[in-house]
Amino acid sequence: MPIAETLDTTLDFPAARASGCPFDPAPDVEHARREEPVTRATLWDGFSCWLVTRHQDVRDVLGDPRFSADATHPGFPFLTPGLRELVDGNRSFLRMDDPDHARLRRMLTADFMVKKMESMRPEVQRIADELVDRMTDGRTSADLVSEFALPLPSLVICLLLGVPYGDHDFFQERSRVLLTLRSTRDEVRTSQQELLHYLTRLAESKHDAPDDGIISRLVARGDLVDTEIAATGRLLLIAGHETTANMTALSTLALLRNPDQLARLREDPSLTKVAVEELLRYLTIVHSGVPRVATEDVTVGGRTISAGEGVLCTINTANRDEHVFPDADTLDIGRDARRHVAFGFGVHQCLGQPLARVELQIAMETLLRRLPGLRLDIAFEDVSFRHDMGIYGVHALPVAW
Amino acid sequence: MRVHADQEKCCGAGSCVLSAPDVFDQRDADGIVVVLDTEPPAELHEAVREAAAICPAAAISLS
Ligand code: SF4
Repeated sequence: MPIAETLDTTLDFPAARASGCPFDPAPDVEHARREEPVTRATLWDGFSCWLVTRHQDVRDVLGDPRFSADATHPGFPFLTPGLRELVDGNRSFLRMDDPDHARLRRMLTADFMVKKMESMRPEVQRIADELVDRMTDGRTSADLVSEFALPLPSLVICLLLGVPYGDHDFFQERSRVLLTLRSTRDEVRTSQQELLHYLTRLAESKHDAPDDGIISRLVARGDLVDTEIAATGRLLLIAGHETTANMTALSTLALLRNPDQLARLREDPSLTKVAVEELLRYLTIVHSGVPRVATEDVTVGGRTISAGEGVLCTINTANRDEHVFPDADTLDIGRDARRHVAFGFGVHQCLGQPLARVELQIAMETLLRRLPGLRLDIAFEDVSFRHDMGIYGVHALPVAW
Repeated sequence: MRVHADQEKCCGAGSCVLSAPDVFDQRDADGIVVVLDTEPPAELHEAVREAAAICPAAAISLS
């Protein structure tokens, strides 16, 4: 059957989640995964691309060098005006292919390797405990996002990069604009320029006053110009904030909504590592797809994706694929979820994942240990989910204890 | 079982180290995979298979 005949439908993407269960992927995309796993999608700007939704197909695309991450290809799908602006501005290695990608990324792999991140545990634990001390000091309720989930990874990434934490309002506000789906191009352009300007100046300042942060080390290598360092710094800064912060808040909420799982974890904190993998799988906060463009004709899940066509891999549906995760829509903190693709797959798989794991394990263990009476302080229906953001989560999480 | 890791392919995300820390490590200088035990004992085979399956860069091969 000619492909055109079977694919006369196209899905508007991102699609809305069902109102009842804000943890589940959009029903339209889940439907596509079951019925038409490689399907067509139409984006905000009318642009048309492929949507790849199953676990194996997503791994096939993201693991295949014939799919490029280079956003300067004309067929590249942009989820937001902001992401397009990031490309016009100053590209990071996230939007490059090998060998350029590997050259820049390998300058950082040592900074995020498992051993190094494990050695940060005492420091991260100290920060987590201090935040809880401050949050609970004389109070019985707070917003978990602004008082714990966000400052924890923010303090840690600033420490690692050598960025003054005192400036966090400045770069948190800019990164929020860059990740909001409905930001205008002008808003995005301004935020983008301000952020790059800030980081370029910071890189310059490290020439004279080096410290042991990553930015200083990149400066000291001498083979990168300050704007390249700024692009790398911006990527790490944004990624380091938004992802762990949202995973922490959303994980807490998911556990509060699944009291049996919460009780199980409270009873046996040694489950924390396994539970974090399951929460990563179940929640998959990068919910609007990982973009690629085909550089050759490639067959994926029985469909031919032609050279030059754009692809979005929806990793949140891949992580609900019951062929890999039986009873995938159930949060089961005891299951072995290690095959999840919440960090992506292929050579671009999240560089910061060892850091994210340490932060999430410490954040969840600390919250449950320190706040035995933790509960939601508003009605679940009133929680404001980040439908409007490229990275999912909650805008605020009022809790009491 | 013989374990081989392709250091050219490795992107240093470290999932192998988490799955099978007795078999894989990362080089201090650049975070690239090193195989600590090329012929791991039987009780580690499952963990090594898992490490190979989740390696994002398909850098680990078993024979
Ligand atoms: S999992 Fe693969 S890519 Fe990651 S460090 Fe190990 S060998 Fe390298």
